[in-house]
Formats: sequence, C-alpha cells, structure tokens
Amino acid sequence: MTATGSNATQTMDPAWEGFTGTLWRKQIDVRAFIQLNYTPYEEDAAFLAPATARTKRIWEKLTTLFVEERKKGVLDISQIPTSITAHAPGYIDQDNEVIVGLQTDAPLKRAIMPNGGFRMVLSALKTYGYEPDPHIVEAFTKYRKTHNEAVFDAYTPDIRRCRSAHVLTGLPDAYGRGRIIGDYRRVALYGVDRLIAEKKREHAALDSQPSTEDVIRDREELAEQTRALAELKAMAKSYGLDIAGPARTAREAVQWLYFGYLAAVKEQNGAAMSLGRCSTFLDVYFERDLKAGRLTEEQAQEIIDDFVIKLRIVRFLRTPEYDDLFAGDPTWVTESIAGMGDDGRSLVTKTSFRMLQTLYNLGPAPEPNLTIWYSPRLPDGFRRFAAQVAIDTSALQFESDEIMRRTWGDDGAIACCVSPMLVGKQMQFFGARANLAKCLLYAINGGRDETSGEQVGPASEPVAGEYLDFEDVVARFDAMMDWLAGVYVNAMNVIHYMHDKYAYERVEMALHDYAPVRTMAFGMAGLSVIADSLSAIKYAKVKVVRDATGLVVDYQTEGDFPVFGNNDNRVDQLATWVVSTFMGKLRKHPTYRNAMHTQSILTITSNVVYGKATGNTPDGRRKGEPFAPGANPMHGRDSHGIHASAASVAKIPYRDAQDGISLTTTLVPTGLGRVAEDRVTNLVAILDAYFSATGFHMNVNVLNREMLLDAMEHPEKYPSLTIRVSGYAVNFVRLSREQQMDVINRTFHGDANG
Amino acid sequence: MAEKAPPVSLEAKSPFELRVHLGDAVPEQTVREALASGDMGFLHSFTTGSAVDGPGVRVVAWTTGCMWRCRYCHNPDTWKVTNGIPVSVTRAAEELGKYRHGLERMKGGFTLSGGEPLMQDRFAVKLLAAAKRMGIHTTIETNGYYAERLSDAELDTIDLVMLGIKTWDPLRHAALTGMDVAPTLAFARRLAARRQPIWIRFVLVPGLTDDLDDLAKTAEFAAGLGNVQRVEVLPFHQMGRFKWERLGLDYTLNDVAPPTAEAADRACEVFRKVGLHAV
Repeated sequence: MTATGSNATQTMDPAWEGFTGTLWRKQIDVRAFIQLNYTPYEEDAAFLAPATARTKRIWEKLTTLFVEERKKGVLDISQIPTSITAHAPGYIDQDNEVIVGLQTDAPLKRAIMPNGGFRMVLSALKTYGYEPDPHIVEAFTKYRKTHNEAVFDAYTPDIRRCRSAHVLTGLPDAYGRGRIIGDYRRVALYGVDRLIAEKKREHAALDSQPSTEDVIRDREELAEQTRALAELKAMAKSYGLDIAGPARTAREAVQWLYFGYLAAVKEQNGAAMSLGRCSTFLDVYFERDLKAGRLTEEQAQEIIDDFVIKLRIVRFLRTPEYDDLFAGDPTWVTESIAGMGDDGRSLVTKTSFRMLQTLYNLGPAPEPNLTIWYSPRLPDGFRRFAAQVAIDTSALQFESDEIMRRTWGDDGAIACCVSPMLVGKQMQFFGARANLAKCLLYAINGGRDETSGEQVGPASEPVAGEYLDFEDVVARFDAMMDWLAGVYVNAMNVIHYMHDKYAYERVEMALHDYAPVRTMAFGMAGLSVIADSLSAIKYAKVKVVRDATGLVVDYQTEGDFPVFGNNDNRVDQLATWVVSTFMGKLRKHPTYRNAMHTQSILTITSNVVYGKATGNTPDGRRKGEPFAPGANPMHGRDSHGIHASAASVAKIPYRDAQDGISLTTTLVPTGLGRVAEDRVTNLVAILDAYFSATGFHMNVNVLNREMLLDAMEHPEKYPSLTIRVSGYAVNFVRLSREQQMDVINRTFHGDANG
Repeated sequence: MAEKAPPVSLEAKSPFELRVHLGDAVPEQTVREALASGDMGFLHSFTTGSAVDGPGVRVVAWTTGCMWRCRYCHNPDTWKVTNGIPVSVTRAAEELGKYRHGLERMKGGFTLSGGEPLMQDRFAVKLLAAAKRMGIHTTIETNGYYAERLSDAELDTIDLVMLGIKTWDPLRHAALTGMDVAPTLAFARRLAARRQPIWIRFVLVPGLTDDLDDLAKTAEFAAGLGNVQRVEVLPFHQMGRFKWERLGLDYTLNDVAPPTAEAADRACEVFRKVGLHAV
C-alpha cells in the first residue's frame, strides 16, 4: 500500500508519537488504534488516587448550586435558541478547571432547543415561570417548522388514537430522539480538520451518483455534518483551544473528546445523550504521559474527575410530563466500561478503574450512567472492584459483554440504558414502547379501550361468556398485536423521517462513518403482566366482569397459577412467546431508511405511567397499578430469590430483543453475605453466573427498604442517595412520590421482611 | 411409594411468611410412610440466591418438623411437620437441578435447613444424595439431635455440616431448647473424627446466650474439634415474633432487644481468641 502525499503527512503527526500501527492513521479507525496501543490492567484498585483539594472545591461549588436547582426545578434558562456556537464560553471556576466547556454561558443554565418541538419549549418556560421571548415565538411559529409539527402533519388517525389512549407512548415526537452516540474519540485522535476532510471526501464520492431522493438527502446531511464540525472547532476556539489537529496529551485528549460531546449536547435535547466507550481509548494517552513522567496518578485522576463533573451537569429543559415518564432529570450520559476484545484480551485499563473511582471521589450520582460490559472473563481485580462500587453506591449497571460482543463486535457502547451499538458505525431510530398489556385488554374487548370504552383498535366481537378461554384469548391477542405492530412501525417511520428532516443530529452523525448500520428500536411494556395474565387464563379460571355497556372491566381469578420470575417454564414460555411473536410482527413492516428492526424490554420509570393508564388485568393487578419495570417479574411475585427470578428473565431470547432486556434487582446488604468481603465475592458470583448464562442486563441495587422509607420522609438526609431504576440511575429524593413507592414495593431479595 | 400427583405448589410463596396446615390434607398414614421411606417430604419453603446459608450463593430448602422449642426460634411454624407442603423427593430434586450450572458458577450449592431436617432424615438423605449426584455441593443445617440416624455412608453425601450449638452447658441448654445437649456434642465429635468440615452457628440472644464465660467454654469445645472452619454469630432479631403471636404461642422474648454490633463483635472475639474464624 502506498500512501499518498497528504496521507504521508497525516501519518507522521507528532501528536501520535509513541503510538503503533498504520492502518488507523490512514483511515478513521479508532478501534484499531485502541487494539494496537492499549495496556490491559490486571491488578486491583490499590493504585487509585483520592480527589484533590481543587476537585473538592469545584464540586462543593456545584453542590451549592444543586440545592438551589432542586428548589426551583431549574437554576436558570437561556432563551437563545441553542446551537454549537450560540452561547459564549461558560465556566464553573475558570482559573481552576482542568477540563472546560459548558452547554451555555453558566453552569446548570439550560438552553432552549426548539428544533425538536417548540410546544415542549413553551410548556417548559411556562412551568418554570419564564415569559417566552416574543422574537423566538415568532421565529418558531411563523418561519421555522419543527420536528413536532411535521410529525403531526403526517400522523394517521390510527397513530393519534393509539397515542392518546396510551397504547403507544413516550414516542420521540415532541423532542429530540437521542440514542445516537457520536464517536467523540475521533475528535481527540484525528483532530477536526482531518474529520472535515473525510466528510468532504464522502460528499465528493456521491457526485457521480444520480440525484435520487436518498442521494440528495445524503449529500445534504454530509454538508450539514461538515458545517457542524467547523462550528465545533469554532466553539473550542472560543475557549482558547485549537482542536484542528490531534490531541497531544492526556488532558488534551479528554478535552478534545469532551468538546465533541459538548457540541452534541449544546445542540440536541435527545432523550438519551450517551457518551460511548471512552475510558480505554483515553487510557492510551494517560499511559503515554505517565510513562513519560509528564503526569502523576493524582493528576490523571483529577482530569477524569473534572471530566466527570462536566458530564454530571449536562442539563436539558424538559416538561413535568416528561419527568413523570422519566424521573429525576435524566440525560443518560452512558459510558461503557471494560468488556473483552475479540482477541481475548480484557479491555480493562487503569482508566476503567479511574472512571469508577469518581463515584468515591465525588460521591454517588446517577450520571454519567456507568455501564460495565461484564464478562466472567474480566480480570478478578476489576470484577471485585466493580462489585464493591455497586455495593457501596448502587450506581452501576452491568450488561453482557458476551452477548453484545458476539452480536455487534468489541467496540460497542450502550446508548441510553440497554441499547448496544458499534461506536461511530451504527445508530438507532429510537422508538419508545408499546403497551402490550393494554393490547391484551383490547383483544378481550374487541378493540375498545378498557378505561374509556372508546373504540381504539379494529372493531371485532368481544369475548363471549363468563370465563376466558386460553386459546380464544391468544388468537385474539395475536390479531390485535398484528394491528398494533403495523401502527407502531408507521408511527416510527413518520417520526424518524421528520426528525432527520427538521432536527438532524449534525455533529453526532459527523462522528459516524458514512452510511452507518441503522436499527429501528421498538419496545414493549408490561411483559410480566401479560405473562402472568395468560398464565392465569391458562392454569386457573378467570371470570370476566362487565360494565353496563358490555365492556370487560375486571377479572375474578379462581385457583392458583404460576407467575413469571420463579424459573417455571409453564409461564416463562408465555413471556418468551410474547416477545418473539411481537418482534415477528414488527419485522413484517418496512422501515424508514431500511433500518433493521430491533426491540427492547425496557421501561425505565415509565412502568408507573403505563400502569396508571391501564385497567385491571387478568393476573390480579389492579387498575392504575404500576407494571414491573423492563423485563422484571411483577413486584413481590418473584418469591424464590434472585437466582430463580434472574433465570426467568434470562430465558427471553436476545435474538428477538436485540435492543436489550432490562432486569433491575434490589438486594439487601445483609442478604449478600455476612461480612463485607463475602458480599463482594457473592455479588461477583451472581454476576458471573448471570452473564455466563444468557442474562443480558442487570441493574444492581444494594439497599434496605427502611433506608428508602426514611429517605422519603427526610430527603435532606439523603441528597446523593442513588438507586438504579430500569436501565439508569436516579437520585432517589428527586423521584415523584409514586415512583418512590414503586421502588419501595419492589422485591428486595434476601429481605427477611419479605 | 408410587409417585402420586400431590398438590405440589412450590410456586410463589415467600420463605418468610407464616405457613400452616399446608400438609394437613395428607392422611396420617401417608405422612408416616413418607417419613419412613423419604420418598416424600414436607417443605416449609425454598429460595434461591441465598448468600447467607453456607458457602457461596445457594439454593436453600427449609423442612418442617422440629423437636426443639428454642425460645428465640424465628420460624415456629416449622415445628409441626404437616405445616409444610408435601413434596416428592423426585420433584424437589428436579427443581434443584434447574440451578446446578448457576450454583457451580457461584461456588454455591444446596443447603437443607429447617425446622430440623433430620426429623425427616430419610427424605434429607435422599434429597442430599440426589444433589450430590448432580454435582451440587451439599450442606445441612442441623441441631444434630437425630444425627445418629445417619450412617457414615450417608454422611458422605454431605459436604458441609452447619451445626447449631446453643450452649455447652446441659442445664442452660435444656432451659433454652427443652432438649438435651449431649447428642449435638456427640455429633460434633463424630464429624471431627471423620474430619468432616463444620460451620458452627450460634444465635446471640442478650440475657440468654451472651454469658461470656459460657461462650468461652463453648468456644473451647469447638476449637478442640479441629474441623470447625467457621463460626457464625447470628444476632437475635424480632422478625419471628409475629409468628409466635399468630400461632397463639407464648413468646418470652418480647422485651429482648437485638444485640448491639459491639456485643456481636465481643462474642466473635471469644471464638477468635481460641483460634477460630468467627464472623
């Protein structure tokens, strides 16, 4: 292979001194760079450094602001419609920050991002007592159409009905869709100029293509991407830093990477704005500086601490309705840590430890959403440290490196909670979820909504007779899922067509390869309610109760029936049947941009809202009561311990839920072992067992119910109490009372109080 | 005994709830036959994922039936055999088998506890042997009173014995449990002679079992055995009180507060002083 003249200069960049490999110099290939240059770390956590006085001062300064923010809902709002360069530089403490850059000109000041939807902006301003700037109102009502308006121009009556009836909810049609991860590492490794040159080359490659609709869209997108990269460079310049070329030091690498991420969160109010898989990449730079004596461990930790501080204060302006769905002001700055490489080496480095250490240095916090790509083959030292951190902070989640690597490769990252994608090479069209428990009730009621009585689904004869017949209900449910899958795919196609058109993620997509793998990620809620309901119908006798209009509004169950979460195939098979069946139906419908259909079993905290909108179900759940989160068994019904409960969930086939299967567990500390060392050993054992079987995701909380009850009454005593909900962590005291009760009503494994 | 189709409902019941009369429907003759053959047993409940009932993460089954009447018992509903669910040994082993891969991964195993599992010694032996055949590590938690019912060959199917020793003193023991301490100590010696590992479990009840001199003698006895791998000092708690009330039993420990962490540590120290690993 001969390098061209320009490549020759590129491959000799002095910033890359000491790095090996050639291919990644010639083409954008961060994975190759990591594989050839990283240093696996096999020891324990003893090397880690505590927070410096400087770090503590900055964090204390912010802590004061957090108190004020919690009181007011938001600290401040900037009504300058945001863009990468819209705001002047902002600082927490300009002279003392190691890593710089804020979304607006002041910490915790939230920007408006109207492109996703102006209605949401207006409603948020109103909620927090701000008068909308009339110029902005004029611009976004008169001159500039938003994603939200466009979507409703193309929605069908079916979609609208499903939306208002809460059969389809949480659709990203009023705000940014999120779940797209730019490969922010590219900014550090290559510098922006090189990335611009690549995008220009990709654009030029389309010159000879006939101008079909697809090609025109690609050309326009590439032009936008190039523009965004130029703005990224300008934004960095406003902080006095030139990121045209590659980063030369560890501090620069973190800073360059963070600027890339910052540009994304300056412009997009995405439902989840995840970071990717950065720790091991950055470790290459840390190792180089440490070896050269340019950096001490204390300084290395200080850089990571400062970086994490920045990630913790990412803020979006959202509405109370949004917070009802997803409590605690989440941003899902998910960072994927550890995992194994395809060559069998562990990807754990010292910086994997340093990221976790921030939970001690700065205290527990929900963000960034630290996610361990777990394999039983990870080094002992790391598995034990991660388990220790999970026990101490309840702020980690674990996902199966084995399953995800096998499916997607060894440079993947989680977007949001459980959605894996290859960094810079794959993106998803996020699709919230369908309320399948409600769909089951529609099947029983011939398409009528069980709470309003309105005809939402296609009309058919409702079930006849006093008792439900399993075969009859399954046939009806199957047909109703057929209908719902069609409406759902239609809605998603409309949303993502319009999002690309009106709220395109310019900078995030600029940090992707041209033509990435696209998935369309559907989701379902209420899995365990459906499994238990079908089980009741099959194994017990379920009598229907009708109101005056003939609508089935309640069920009386006679006899025992097996319930999901006890490792009993009779009911677990019903759960897997629902997942695979619904997935099969979704696949029948073509998707926008030929995206690959996937599905998640994840609700985050929306299980509470979904439950609120759903009537009585045949499993005995009462109207309005929450569903279990994600793929969890219903609260308290998984009564045979975590092994049985997790075994049921692990039966859900990943091939039909490739966007992730979420299990949230709560263990009481004394239930994990009698002494601290045993607790670490036993948690590692549980993780090893779950992830060497077919478990996909496990949120680990190590908590007492009594402590949570006390925190409800005395929130001031627990400002940083962090707990894992479904797929992410929240600050417990920021949850609504309903959501807090939902957490408290969960199964606490090992709790003698049941 | 032929495999009947008993109402095996192992599902959806918590090990912590009060359970009574679940086996009442079983005719007395069948109960007697079951106890004699061990083909069927009576279980209070079972759980998985336990990290506090022996080494690693384990499946635990609690049998019903106990001849002791410990004043601090937290599961008095396990005293009567027919309070439990009738389960065939085949069914119990099949359920256990579902977990064998995970148990191996978690360096755990199966713990048979109670009640007093050796009240149903034939069932215990058959179930533990079945576990062993599946390659599952086996533990029995017992007070040792009926241990003479087990032959040496049967003891071979048990990897670890968790032996509850309340006190060394026969008089105190009778007052605490209503039973003689000698069989328990004899069983401990027998296991020692066989070099079979023991974990000793000791419930620390303020005012009842926390006399330091008495503890020291118990510790001395334990240390002399040579096969005690671990001593677990379990602090008394009041979570079983409701069961005494619901069962209409006379509970004498209403006013006893759980021991402080310091008290528990003092008790551990007594065992550590004689070279035992106490937690």
